[in-house]
Amino acid sequence: MSMSFVKSGAIDRSVVTTALKSAFVKLDPRALTGNPVILATEVVAVLATVSAGVAIAGGLPASFPIQIAAWLWLTVLFANFAEAIAEGRGKAAADSLRATRVTTRAKLIIDAARNAIVPTPAHELVPGDVVLVEAGDVIPADGEIIEGVASVNEAAITGESAPVIRESGGDRSAVTGGTTVVSDWLKVKVTSQQGSSFLDRMIAMVEGADRRKTPNELALAVLLAGLTLVFLIAVVTLTGLGAFSGVTLDPMVLGALFVTLIPTTIGGLLSAVGIAGMDRLLKVNVLATSGRAVEAAGDVDTLLLDKTGTITFGNRMAVEVVPAPGVRPDAALRAALIASLADETPEGRSIVELARNQGVTAQAPAGATSIPFSAMTRQSGLDADGKSWRKGAVDAVIRSLDLSESQIPAELRQAVDRVARSGGTPLAVSENGALVGVIHLKDVVKPGVKDRFADLRRMGVRTVMITGDNPVTAAAIASEAGVDDFLAEATPEDKLRIIRTEQAKGRLVAMCGDGANDAPALAQADVGVAMQTGAQAAREAGNMVDLDSDPTKVLEIVEVGKQLLITRGALTTFSIANDVAKYFAIIPAMFVVALPSLGAMNIMGLSSPQSAILSAVIFNALVIVALIPLALRGVRYRAIGAAKLLSRNLTIYGIGGLIAPFVGIKLIDMIVAALKLA
Amino acid sequence: MDWRGWAEIVFTIALTVAMGWPLGIFMARVWAGERTWLDPVLRPVEALAYAGFGIDRNKGQNWLGYAGAVLAFSAAGFVLLYLQLRFQNLLPLNPQGFDGLSPHLAFNTAVSFVTNTNWQSYAGEATMSHLSQMAGLTVHNFVSAGTGLAIAAAVARAFATDRGENLGNFWVDLTRTTLYVLLPLSIVTALVLVAAGVPQTLLANVEASTIEGAKQVISLFPAASQEAIKQWGTNGGGIFNVNSAHPFENPTPFTNLIEATSINALAFGTVIAFGRIAGARKEAKALIAVMIILVGAAAAAIYASETLTPQPAMIAAGITDAPSNMEGKEVRFGPAASSVWAAQTTGASNGSVNAMHGSFMPLGGGVAMFMIQLGEVLPGGVGSGLYGMVVMALLAVFVAGLMVGRTPEYLGKKVEAREIKFAMLAVLILPLAILGFSAIAAVLPVALEGLLNKGPHGLSEILYAYSSAAGNNGSAFAGLTANAPWWNTTLAIGMLLGRFAYIVPVLAIAGALAAKPKLQPTAGTLPSDSPLFVGLLIGIVLILGGLQFFPALALGPIVEHFQLLAAAASR
Repeated sequence: MSMSFVKSGAIDRSVVTTALKSAFVKLDPRALTGNPVILATEVVAVLATVSAGVAIAGGLPASFPIQIAAWLWLTVLFANFAEAIAEGRGKAAADSLRATRVTTRAKLIIDAARNAIVPTPAHELVPGDVVLVEAGDVIPADGEIIEGVASVNEAAITGESAPVIRESGGDRSAVTGGTTVVSDWLKVKVTSQQGSSFLDRMIAMVEGADRRKTPNELALAVLLAGLTLVFLIAVVTLTGLGAFSGVTLDPMVLGALFVTLIPTTIGGLLSAVGIAGMDRLLKVNVLATSGRAVEAAGDVDTLLLDKTGTITFGNRMAVEVVPAPGVRPDAALRAALIASLADETPEGRSIVELARNQGVTAQAPAGATSIPFSAMTRQSGLDADGKSWRKGAVDAVIRSLDLSESQIPAELRQAVDRVARSGGTPLAVSENGALVGVIHLKDVVKPGVKDRFADLRRMGVRTVMITGDNPVTAAAIASEAGVDDFLAEATPEDKLRIIRTEQAKGRLVAMCGDGANDAPALAQADVGVAMQTGAQAAREAGNMVDLDSDPTKVLEIVEVGKQLLITRGALTTFSIANDVAKYFAIIPAMFVVALPSLGAMNIMGLSSPQSAILSAVIFNALVIVALIPLALRGVRYRAIGAAKLLSRNLTIYGIGGLIAPFVGIKLIDMIVAALKLA
Repeated sequence: MDWRGWAEIVFTIALTVAMGWPLGIFMARVWAGERTWLDPVLRPVEALAYAGFGIDRNKGQNWLGYAGAVLAFSAAGFVLLYLQLRFQNLLPLNPQGFDGLSPHLAFNTAVSFVTNTNWQSYAGEATMSHLSQMAGLTVHNFVSAGTGLAIAAAVARAFATDRGENLGNFWVDLTRTTLYVLLPLSIVTALVLVAAGVPQTLLANVEASTIEGAKQVISLFPAASQEAIKQWGTNGGGIFNVNSAHPFENPTPFTNLIEATSINALAFGTVIAFGRIAGARKEAKALIAVMIILVGAAAAAIYASETLTPQPAMIAAGITDAPSNMEGKEVRFGPAASSVWAAQTTGASNGSVNAMHGSFMPLGGGVAMFMIQLGEVLPGGVGSGLYGMVVMALLAVFVAGLMVGRTPEYLGKKVEAREIKFAMLAVLILPLAILGFSAIAAVLPVALEGLLNKGPHGLSEILYAYSSAAGNNGSAFAGLTANAPWWNTTLAIGMLLGRFAYIVPVLAIAGALAAKPKLQPTAGTLPSDSPLFVGLLIGIVLILGGLQFFPALALGPIVEHFQLLAAAASR
């Protein structure tokens, strides 16, 4: 994998410093309107501060109110800090992108016939303009190559420094503004408006500039707001109920109870979790155009995979040479090897490789002429000293040898059938006019792919292989790779159709693609991953771009999506489960003076009512900080099936969430008591 | 506490579920409009009803249409009942010559019966004419129960629908459930009760001579028929003030068993029917498991509390091996039958009682109150228990479902912002109505006049009253005199909120779910039929309810319990 923009591991010091600053900036209530839980906390913090001020002014003991107010403010700051630090990591990545966006002067072609050029600032280009880009120039805007071939360094956006070839026509004709032409020249037709280029979009995405809440985030926010209201009712009504019971309730204590009950943990970490999800995608060099797409990735039911490049290496490879009757196996292999010496195609090289692995070697005879493959002969090989070696399509080789069907040995005919049936391609080999064997070329399934599909199946994701191969070949590869279904002899329209059928059944579909003809399917898919090396149309149609152009990345994308949802659920469960212990800390503390028998509920044995309340508030604040790493890193996803995963996470975050605060509050209480803070 | 008591509790609950199961299968047929063996008799009646009211039985309604019909029907029923009660003195069949009800009592009572609550601020035998009982209250015992069941049917259909909006037809659901389910059940049960000694007569009263030679006038009513629907329809409003503790309503342990089982059987059956209509039989069993476990736990907790908690008065009297707390209990039923009934009636928004909850030990009464506060879903009122539990399941699935790495879905329907919004609206109603009104009443002198006790028990009376109203339960902590303008009015508002401010969001959820594609489960889907899910749902029900009401309960039954322990220890 190439380098990525996000430094993994330790959080940068400057990011922390910036985040600390912006934690204070975010205290502005307007910045908190989207987060009712933290906004409510801030309101209580203000009231607590006023109340502490009144206590000081009145010469009353103020240590307790001051501490409560301080910890309430810290709660808000910790939540802000969590969000800021998640944003900060994105900003750091965006800054490195922005640095590459230099103000170039473009060579605008104003008269194509005479190649008349006017230097124009890049930001004045409009779609439709044609510019000339020569070696050493930075491509001024996103566009489509209309003429020329050049090697382009795209490190600015992919981080990969090896230049790639870009040429007019086909799927390699898109260029990205900010990348550099290393050799040759291109004529590029500008396709993007200034400010909405690929790079601009990337920067905006990474920074989370126009981050909108995703549907699930929205639903969760509603739940949290609802819970906040429920607790508001529960706490406010205590004034009346308390008055009846002869309990005078300190508003400060009620405020503290309210803040500890409302789901501040998940409320404070919710947006950090979302941003961190985007961030983790960026770490594997995938850019999502919206958080919605990341969330959808976790929900994918069906994954459409192109056979070539994703499931198989894309090149067929020789796996065996079946000798003709009477021919020694190594002689047949040697003939195949010599016939392939001049063949630079991956297939040819795989035959050389196969021979070498089996200990058969040969040098090209001196003065040999290579006979290249042609569409007419459909074979290739070598001629030397009146000898000849050929390999090629079985029927073509047989025809050139003037053999009739019946003259072919039965063993070879069976071998040809077997190879074809197994989904491979048979090639015939001849030496000096005699048929010596059959090469078995096989579409080799990438190692580990089968395991990953098994993982996906356990996640509940169905895999469908799309291939242009005939059904026999397709079926053979499908079974070898362990996909759930396949579509043979598929056209791009078939992809679109299959996506629509799946979606009609209510399933979410993910696919990846790079060709311009993939664009409609990419746009239709719920998660469409376009290869960065792919056609411009594909890159615009998808909602994610893989900068490494690695189609197997889809699997990682699904995992990141799942991880994001799991993290949200885990923190919500933890947050709600925490409340039980807080009741056992605060309720007896609130009432014990008026109703001493409620002291029996102080099962943690907290040292004093004030200490109990303060400890609960401190725990509530600190738990946010303690969980920031988890929010950023995400809860690990394991492909162990939904039932096991639920039982595991429910144990850790549900039962753990019930127990942890009992321990935490007790420990804090011991410290508070030892330091005589309350 | 002895093994016979435990056996009685287990047997009662087991028999209840066993009765509910076939009823649910039958009710699913009724909801689906399929043929039943009652068709020869009831088809013509049904057809007549549709013809009479101009109902096109094949015309479906979307959620707004359905909700509109529910509200219109209930509003009309309320107005008619209010007028009837207000002016019962001008109407026939009033042999005792009772006056018309005061405006606030008529308002409270009309709301109470329209909302399936049957809170009674009055003593039936001294207030209601025969006509009011039979043509007023009993009618609503049927149709308010039918309304709840109809809504459950609509919710079930929402889960079965794939991208549609048709939830069925309220008028058809109401008619069919009332005709095919509630009426036959009530007739059969009433006959059994009559055979077992429950009176069924239009005579005003009998005169009896007591052993001391005094003359006693004992009111008589058509009790058996009302008793039957009062239980089956989770209404709970008795003819007599002391409800099923009265020997005319519930004379023997045998009638007690019949009445106890019929509190919950139909609510369990509703879940079975839901599972069949929604195509989620296994998942329905999981819901039933949650209900059985929690109602069983509540019965056990009450039984333990009534038999094990030390009683300071007994200790003071020098009785060391104090028997179970028998205050407020009928000797013919005893603590076990009283405990299981208390759990069933408070878990079910029924509200009929065979013992006085206010006289239970603090924790026993507290558990009864907490059962109501959990949202009346264990197994809940007929229909309302099911849809309440579905709301809980949606919330459980939403929170925990995320932890399997998918946006949550329940029974093939994705749970998204819209559903959560309405679910939270529904959830908010209980704390708002219970805690809101209680907090005001707790400091309002005019409200406190009706209170018998001060201190924690007094607070429990207030909390219980509003819990009972908002939960549409109808039982009370005796000690509160509720027939006063403040109580009648605010309790009625609580009942209205608890019923209709819950129904409308529930139907909105049903509408939203129906419009979604029905998804097939995959290996990545959260299983909602496993023991794990049962545990999860129990956790959500308890934690959600507990978190809302724990502080209030701490000031009521919990502190009373600890005070009592302290008092007992100091003796």
